[in-house]
Amino acid sequence: MKSNSIAIVGAAETTEMGLIPNTSQIMLHADAALNAMRDAGMKPGDIDGVACAGEVPTAVAHYLGIVPTWVDGTSVGGCSFMIHVRHAAAAINEGLCSAVLITHGESGRSRVGAGQYRGGGRSSLAGQFEGPYGVMGPTSMFTIPFLRYMKETGTTLEHLANVAVVQREWAGLNPRATHREPISVDDVMNSRMIAYPFHILECCLVTDGGGALILVSAERAKDFPQKPVYILGTGESVESPMVSQMDRFESSRAFKVSGNKAFEEAGIKHADVDHLMIYDAFAHLPFYGLEDLGFCKPGEAGDFIMERNTAIGGKLPVNTNGGGLSYMHSGMYGMYALQESVRQMRGVAPAQVKDAKISIAHGVGGMFAASGTVILSNQEF
Amino acid sequence: MADQSKLPLPVPTPETQHFWDGTRENQLLLQSCDGCQKTYFPPRPFCPACASRSVSIIKASGNATLYSYVINQRAHPAFDGPYAIAVVSLEEGPRMMTNIVNSPQTPEALVLDMPLKVCFGKVDENITLPYFEPAGDEL
Repeated sequence: MKSNSIAIVGAAETTEMGLIPNTSQIMLHADAALNAMRDAGMKPGDIDGVACAGEVPTAVAHYLGIVPTWVDGTSVGGCSFMIHVRHAAAAINEGLCSAVLITHGESGRSRVGAGQYRGGGRSSLAGQFEGPYGVMGPTSMFTIPFLRYMKETGTTLEHLANVAVVQREWAGLNPRATHREPISVDDVMNSRMIAYPFHILECCLVTDGGGALILVSAERAKDFPQKPVYILGTGESVESPMVSQMDRFESSRAFKVSGNKAFEEAGIKHADVDHLMIYDAFAHLPFYGLEDLGFCKPGEAGDFIMERNTAIGGKLPVNTNGGGLSYMHSGMYGMYALQESVRQMRGVAPAQVKDAKISIAHGVGGMFAASGTVILSNQEF
Repeated sequence: MADQSKLPLPVPTPETQHFWDGTRENQLLLQSCDGCQKTYFPPRPFCPACASRSVSIIKASGNATLYSYVINQRAHPAFDGPYAIAVVSLEEGPRMMTNIVNSPQTPEALVLDMPLKVCFGKVDENITLPYFEPAGDEL
């Protein structure tokens, strides 16, 4: 995308978060969308572009009374919303639409009006060549690469547990976080084993919730009530729908391609970044994110986090809302990473990073299957 | 070995049928490009490296090493207690998911890069699943 040409002028999460048994999935999309429109001072008639994942844009647009001239139903997992931002920027710059609403809503825990996860079934390649081996969703699959990562990098189980500890410290500052009480490395390592070497405190939460964003051209952005958050750069990529077929297990190709593209578009250096969100479906994801985005050399992320560089007061605050491990995780968490980046850039985050000017929200989709990266700023460059 | 009647069994497609015909004969079949010589998996009737449609089915040696795994602790109807879900590196290059059989399902017994060899578990007349077991002293 053209750097600095697009801004986020509306951003909100669902009114409630966590356990929302009285709200269906489509209404979670709508609740977040209504909150984002109120945030931006807009009505459905002001929106002419709709992007979403989990529901199809047809359903969301009709439910909200929007008549779009552009839709995007890209649904490649939890980073779909980062990719929607990228596609929306291109669409607005091309004149296909002028104001894009991106929604996420997921009744991940309560399963009210929630569709089934789509898969290819038993005749898909994953169904034929992974399904028969006792896989039971992300806890037993997303985690498979990590023993190889450990062997190649010398990273330890203490490094892994420490990720959950540091993120819980951030969650302690966030009134909306699901879990806020402090935990220790021992607490994590003594918690229930889910899929060796991963304990339950190293696995993301399963909750209900949603979020929405509204994007317009940067030139219009100052006409809205909130401080604009500009998009400096974006990236996206996909690798394989089967975790067993990743090119390497100690690095994500999709992360690298997406991250490099975003940095290239933004024209910034790593030292310019004040705040970073890395989608943490499991505690090993921040290692891959920090290394594949180039903030750490291969194998150094465990120590980088252990040395408190990403913690409160550290030089690169990461996952300041508490992350998928402690804040919330409805299934496609990328929207919440974006929301926290927007709050940090607006200066209104519960755990606000002082004087932060550039934030990155980096997402994963599926099990290292897809990736999307958005670089945001409160400054016009 | 798992109680295979409680597993979601593969449904072959025209492009993968040869693989499942092979396992029924206790053979692990891969494909290799006639042009660039790339050996690949899972099956498809063209080379993912150079897009050639001229590819041949080859019989794998069955030798592999343990690339990575988890030991799933959640109850699964087909397994008796915790079980490893593994990815192995075949001698020919490709990797595949599998279970490690004839071995304790423990971190002590399952050491990365240990040598493995293929074995086969017949489910029914149509489907035989490839598994891997420690190669022991045979290598």
